[in-house]
Amino acid sequence: MNVVNDPFTWAGNVIAQWLGGFLPPVGVDVTMMVLRAGVLGVFALVMFMVMTWIERKGVARIQDRIGPNRAGPFGLLQPIADGVKALTKEDITPDHVDRVVFNAAPILSSVAAMIVFAAIPFGPGLIGADMNIGIFYILAVGGLGIIAILMAGWSSNNKYALLGAFRVVAQLVSYEIPHVLSIVAVVMLAGSMSMITIVEKQPVWFLFVLPVSALIVLFSGMAEIGRSPFDLLDAESEIIAGHHIEYSGMKFALFFLGEYVHAFAVSCIVAALFLGGWRGPNIFGLTVPYLWFFIKAILVFNVMVWARGTLPRLRIDHLMAFNWKFLVPLSLVNLIVVAVADRLAQAGGLAAGTWPWALVMLVFNLAMLVVALALVGWAGQRARRAAEPREMPEVETHDEAHDAEHAPIAAGAH
Amino acid sequence: MTTLQVMFILLGSITLAGGLYTVTARNLFHGALGLIVALAGVAALYALLEASFLAAAQVAIYIGAIAIMIIFAVMLTRGVMGAYPVKDLWSLAVSSIGTVLLLAVLLVTLFRFNWPQTTPAAVPADSIAQLGKALVDPNLYVLPFEVASVLLVAALIGSAYIARDKK
Amino acid sequence: MLHDFAFVGVFFLVAIALAGGPLILAWLIRPAKPNPIKSSTYECGVETFGDAWVQFKVQYYVYGLVFVVFDIETIFLFPWAVAYSQLPLFAVLEMVLFILILTGALVYAWRKGDLEWV
Repeated sequence: MNVVNDPFTWAGNVIAQWLGGFLPPVGVDVTMMVLRAGVLGVFALVMFMVMTWIERKGVARIQDRIGPNRAGPFGLLQPIADGVKALTKEDITPDHVDRVVFNAAPILSSVAAMIVFAAIPFGPGLIGADMNIGIFYILAVGGLGIIAILMAGWSSNNKYALLGAFRVVAQLVSYEIPHVLSIVAVVMLAGSMSMITIVEKQPVWFLFVLPVSALIVLFSGMAEIGRSPFDLLDAESEIIAGHHIEYSGMKFALFFLGEYVHAFAVSCIVAALFLGGWRGPNIFGLTVPYLWFFIKAILVFNVMVWARGTLPRLRIDHLMAFNWKFLVPLSLVNLIVVAVADRLAQAGGLAAGTWPWALVMLVFNLAMLVVALALVGWAGQRARRAAEPREMPEVETHDEAHDAEHAPIAAGAH
Repeated sequence: MTTLQVMFILLGSITLAGGLYTVTARNLFHGALGLIVALAGVAALYALLEASFLAAAQVAIYIGAIAIMIIFAVMLTRGVMGAYPVKDLWSLAVSSIGTVLLLAVLLVTLFRFNWPQTTPAAVPADSIAQLGKALVDPNLYVLPFEVASVLLVAALIGSAYIARDKK
Repeated sequence: MLHDFAFVGVFFLVAIALAGGPLILAWLIRPAKPNPIKSSTYECGVETFGDAWVQFKVQYYVYGLVFVVFDIETIFLFPWAVAYSQLPLFAVLEMVLFILILTGALVYAWRKGDLEWV
């Protein structure tokens, strides 16, 4: 590898050699780990700034306005201005809050979002830690963020914060199931939970092999982060920011940071699992896997921004019904259909990872999707017919005798 | 003292401290947070044993589901942020005696058991695949596996019945 | 493998430092002028009444309950999915049976109205 083809590994080797000059091997190891962790963490924070800019500009354009354009050209320095504002704002901590838990909650929220990046594959060798439980580690770490929300809601000593926290946790916990079940389908076809292996098993992108799983992972991912159209529970016009109510200044900015870093993490996961990760053609003979991964992740994030700008907010009971009565049964059926389809295709002699096999899987998936949507349509028709007002019974209308009786009064009234 | 032993002592102390805080915290919510620290410590100990799947499963199930349920249960019974004092001297005495007896039994068992002195075999690289195969192998664990699903259904039906609003 | 987990541990600590750093910086920079009105609990701009006690609907607990059951199901699903390509057909059918039993539980909860948001 040389500096052009793989700058990160080359830089890492150079630094490790320089450190080896005066540190024992253990020291070099630990320092390199700290450095890698630092680079990943700073990357997450920088991407947070880029994400907020993309979001504000994108949503603004969808809403036919310009978005931030004062701070720097095209508003590119807007995130920095926001950061300075968050740093210098007064931190109003109400009385009777539980100080330790109150301060720990935003830190835990951002930390839980950041450590996801330890298992995201940016390139063939560019991963923080290639654990054999890669994607499962990511799902496990999501649970820490939920605890942070409960801590925030409880320690604020505020009815609305507590209520908001319960509802958010109920939503997050509900949408985790279709998320995990659809990822199991990916693991089935890849034969491993390691993220590097999953990307390597995608000569045909899993988007074409498992479209239903991809859609479910994207939707439940969006609901897990608490973004529109699933953001009923922390939108300003609803419960006044829910569990964030009593936070101000940098602590609120940390929650905000956690949400956007989590959004980028979900975009990276979808890009790695379904869009082929770092796979892409060489540019001018250079292999740039990290660039392709980056482009795909930003693309998925743009889809999320698009959904936010376009779709209205879902009501809480619609939200829950959508999850428990559509997504969960669909993901369970998806698992069975994928298992059966894969076995059938392989029994028919099609090797996994080839285009004919992908076509068979695609046909099965689309058939399942069509059946699912038809069932939803039928259920909706039934509900609509049940809710329609019934035919009004025949009411006694005015007849001639009645009119003649009252005619003098009517004539007199004119 | 190898690095592994140092890490074990560190993680074990964190787990014990979390557990201690769980039982001695005056505030129920703080106790729940101490429990989360103890569970995370156990997950780290699993990772130290190279049982990677178990470590992630511990975090995902215990911290990501069961700890949340415990916190919900705490809030269901008491939504107030208050401290709850020790009940009375009698229950303190009884529980202390019970704890000391349990500790004695555990210590006697620990010191009398013949702990094997050999180093264990290395964890195979495809341990998770072997676990998956063992779960559905008719000679191994398929029957407990299917019974576990029935158990889960029974748990769901039972608790949903108890939690249901009875009209 | 231990090296990977060591990295995760180190990353956890570095992330806490990266998140705590701006907090400490803000604490050094920001103004601090508390007064009783600012420090009171927020309740739509009016004075608060009663303790912070909330009617905790049991529905939240039911959602958590169903989530725990399905989370444990996914724990069983993951190793099977990893070993999927090496398994014979009846092993796949055994797992399909497992999934169907749990789908039955979901249908039960659905029909009994446990999944409604009241």
